[in-house]
Amino acid sequence: MNARYANPARHGVLPIVSRRFIPVWRRNLLVWRKLMVPSILGNFGEPLLYLIVLGYGFGRLVGDIGDLPYMVFLASGIICSSAMFTASFEALYSAYTRMTVQQTWGAMLDAPLLVDDIVLGEVSWAATKALMGATAMLVVASLLGLVADWKAVLALPVMLLAGFCFAACAMVITAVSRSYDFFLYYFTLVMTPMLLLSGVFFPLEELPELVAAAAHLLPLVHVVAVVRPLMIGESLPALWPAHLLLVTVYATAAFTLATALLRRRLAG
Amino acid sequence: MAAPEEAIREAVDEDGTLDSTPPAIVCARGLRKRYGGLEVVRGVDLDVRPGECFGLLGPNGAGKTTVLRMLLGLTPPTGGTLTVLDEPIPVRAREARERIGVVPQADNLDPDFTVRENLAIYARYFARQPADPDRRIDDLLRFSSLDGRADAPIQALSGGMKRRLSLARALINGPELVVLDEPSTGLDPQARQYIWQRLLALLGQGCTLILTTHYMEEAERLCDRLAIIDNGRIIACDTPSNLVARHIEPHVFELRGGDAERWHRQGVGLAARSEYVGDTLLLYAVEPDALGDALYRESGLRYWQRPANLEDVFLRLTGRDLRD
Repeated sequence: MNARYANPARHGVLPIVSRRFIPVWRRNLLVWRKLMVPSILGNFGEPLLYLIVLGYGFGRLVGDIGDLPYMVFLASGIICSSAMFTASFEALYSAYTRMTVQQTWGAMLDAPLLVDDIVLGEVSWAATKALMGATAMLVVASLLGLVADWKAVLALPVMLLAGFCFAACAMVITAVSRSYDFFLYYFTLVMTPMLLLSGVFFPLEELPELVAAAAHLLPLVHVVAVVRPLMIGESLPALWPAHLLLVTVYATAAFTLATALLRRRLAG
Repeated sequence: MAAPEEAIREAVDEDGTLDSTPPAIVCARGLRKRYGGLEVVRGVDLDVRPGECFGLLGPNGAGKTTVLRMLLGLTPPTGGTLTVLDEPIPVRAREARERIGVVPQADNLDPDFTVRENLAIYARYFARQPADPDRRIDDLLRFSSLDGRADAPIQALSGGMKRRLSLARALINGPELVVLDEPSTGLDPQARQYIWQRLLALLGQGCTLILTTHYMEEAERLCDRLAIIDNGRIIACDTPSNLVARHIEPHVFELRGGDAERWHRQGVGLAARSEYVGDTLLLYAVEPDALGDALYRESGLRYWQRPANLEDVFLRLTGRDLRD
């Protein structure tokens, strides 16, 4: 916490973590408050639409998965994937806009903030946004009777961690991107495969064994593995700490890499 | 506050070189910056004294902005030592920036907020908050004549208003040093005059200013001392009047086109120095009478007589080739 004497030149590759990220986070919160309605529609309305339409449409075809109605199965998956998309969009498009077009970061760096504060502020803001979307979805899902019991609220801290992880990964892409077009690679090559192979829409066991094993490299798999039991009222898998640890490792590694890359880009 | 500053300015006026009595606000020795194989700052020594307005002049790509970025700790020097407000840079750049205001070259006001919100949000980026932030913002809005626009969105502001808001934002932390990168570029004459007035007011309050500019008039009017920088080196550093006195003859006569051709031989004979720029003949003289009388007697010749200015010095020292 003592960033007063933290010296970027001597600190090495590790990010300097200080409370000075809070004004960056707060700035984004204040903007969000102004644009709340379209933002909520995008981050919460759209996944809800997917849930209801896919759940209803496919649900009739698929029937139950195990003892679960398809809609219940899907709800716990979509809450995870929407957290991934919310956090990623924020750390890609919005952060890139603030870095380049608006030069918001430039103004922050002229004040006594460091690149490290900005990265931490942006990533935690994106995680916060993911959490807000997940909370809203959880409320609606419970109103629709798609949530087993109160223990589902334990999914929310996991959503915050997941949001941080996906935002940090996206921030790595933002750090090396020279235009908005570059993000399409990330969507096509990383996010879409992750969405399809992480057990959001169907159980991983349906995949060929090798593919299912490889899918365990994807952080979303581990998020779903913890969130789904919490939402449908099953007991957690014995390995739940390992799942969360893996997400944390991804989050930390991506955050460190993004900070290093952005330091080089903005303060080289 | 006023008395010692006057003393400093007088001392500077007499002699552009530094005596070491007042501690420097900025002290750079052998400052270097290399990007890959290209060294853009190649050994810069700088001393900026408290309360003065110090100008950095140079053609595009001379290294001005890089020097400013290093002063602010935004990019580490590859060589040399640097102290700003007694803080070693870049090691304690965060602490130094706590006491510095910055007006960037291109406005980067926050488009998602109103005028007042821009100031309030920016204030939060500092560790030290004003005792009464609302009052501080009111004062700054008045200082920059934006008090009627407090709730306007940024998009509704003219270029001049944006610049004034950038200046107000740079003052939110009550800085001892304000760094301005081309503060009046792109402004109309009214807006520019207004910015100059505000900068002079800041100097009157004891604030130290460092600015870069392309406008010689701006440099001549505002700066107590200035450094002309080219190819990453300081090639001259002095008061504006000393620079003109030292590097250029005080009187300039200009002739164009056919007139220049017709009078070339005679003019060059009478002038202390002469040069052609395109089809314009520039004749420089220490004493204006000989040239002036001869030109006056020549009927039908169009010429323009003017005192030498900083632009002449600048062009003499940095050459007339275009820099892109």
